[in-house]
Amino acid sequence: MQQLGKTSVIPFGPQHPVLPEPIHLDLVVEDERVVEALPSIGFIHRGLESLTDKRDFNQMCYVAERTCGICSFQHGMGYCEAVEHIFGVETPDRAKYLRTIWSELGRMHSHLLWLGLLADAFGYENLFYQCWRIREKVLDMQELTTGGRLIFSVNKVGGVIKDIDVEKQKAILKAMDEVEEELSVIRKTFFEDYSVESRLKGIGILTAEQINALGAVGPFARASGVKADMRLLGYDAYPELDFEPITSEDGDCYARCYVRMLEVFQSIKLIRQAIAQIPEGELSVPVKGNPNGEYFMRVEQPRGEAFYYVKANGKPNLQRMRIRTPTFANVPALCEMLKNTEIADVGLLVVSIDPCISCTER
Amino acid sequence: MVEHSVPENILEEIPVEDLLLRALELKKEGLRFSQANAAYVDEKFELSYSFSDYETLQLHTLRLVIETDVKVPSITEIVPAAVFYENEMKELFGVKIEMISMDYDNKLYRIRQEAPLGPQKKEVENATVG
Repeated sequence: MQQLGKTSVIPFGPQHPVLPEPIHLDLVVEDERVVEALPSIGFIHRGLESLTDKRDFNQMCYVAERTCGICSFQHGMGYCEAVEHIFGVETPDRAKYLRTIWSELGRMHSHLLWLGLLADAFGYENLFYQCWRIREKVLDMQELTTGGRLIFSVNKVGGVIKDIDVEKQKAILKAMDEVEEELSVIRKTFFEDYSVESRLKGIGILTAEQINALGAVGPFARASGVKADMRLLGYDAYPELDFEPITSEDGDCYARCYVRMLEVFQSIKLIRQAIAQIPEGELSVPVKGNPNGEYFMRVEQPRGEAFYYVKANGKPNLQRMRIRTPTFANVPALCEMLKNTEIADVGLLVVSIDPCISCTER
Repeated sequence: MVEHSVPENILEEIPVEDLLLRALELKKEGLRFSQANAAYVDEKFELSYSFSDYETLQLHTLRLVIETDVKVPSITEIVPAAVFYENEMKELFGVKIEMISMDYDNKLYRIRQEAPLGPQKKEVENATVG
């Protein structure tokens, strides 16, 4: 007869060395094995969605951008595109390409940030520094083209307010070459180093069935073989660019790392394509009046599918603006993943979903 | 080059009694739960439960339009991933959702004000900040 271990509850977070942002988990453990994980959030809820009372639909673009300090641009873009659908306006092609370029730059820097955090979580500090050093080149391009390193404020309902001229396009292409070359070296360390492999392979496995049942999204889902990528919806310039969603079948931490690493290289290719194909033209179309109607908009953020719901009644202030962020969708799968894992792996596993808690709580 | 599809979103208005049945049917059809969301409009609650077909990326949303005192059954027994969404609707709007599998009892976001986006919300007409 199997002897039951002693059950205890260990609090994890909201302050923890591996957590960039606060989430709390009550870990029910038997000896060193996690039996159940009960999440709680709410440490940094900001009530951004309730600002529709005080800000009109144009100003809400800047509020949406401030949902997150990492994927800020795409929050503003997703919100603007939801409102543009309500107005029934088509943004100029150049604006679509510019949004695509900034989206992919955002994906690159977010994934590089995460790769660094992952390296830090499994104790490879040098790799962490290298990832973040490379990320700086992407941030420099964001600053060069928008004036902001993380929060750009270049979106508006109807298009964008800044252009990327030929000189800046050349600077981006040069930076992409450098990032690609330097990341190719880092990639070998991530995928060929024995100590990295031993910390990531076979840990925190989720199957495609579990991912679908728990509604997980983004690279977290794609690492388990779920080919879900909202860029396939065909917004912005993506219908004119050549790409395939990157997936893995393994569903473990190593697979999540693999998918995100390859997505950085994919973003480089998408940016090159977009710069090669970007048409001349206007940056925005005039939008008159106030929105009246509702729309569900989905975009593929670095962490996965983000959901923007906008409802308006013809007045300047929206009736409702709701952002469902990827991490909000990924927490249930995280808790399932933590079951039957070693307590020593919990920090790494939490990081492996790339949690963004300030996004989640809005 | 990969094929990009732009399917039409489906919005299906249903009575509250049909919520569990329709959620179960959509799940059996192979759709994944995407999100749930509340809005307080014209002194009623509008609840939206969205499901996605991840092959076609089509979005199917179930819409309930209910009085604010109507009790709504939780879908968490059918869709465990709806836990946070239903707790959010309950805490921020005051939607009376019953039998959530993990009920945070209005402490998901740890806010002081009760249902800040629900019926107690102050209406502000055309407000802008200069």
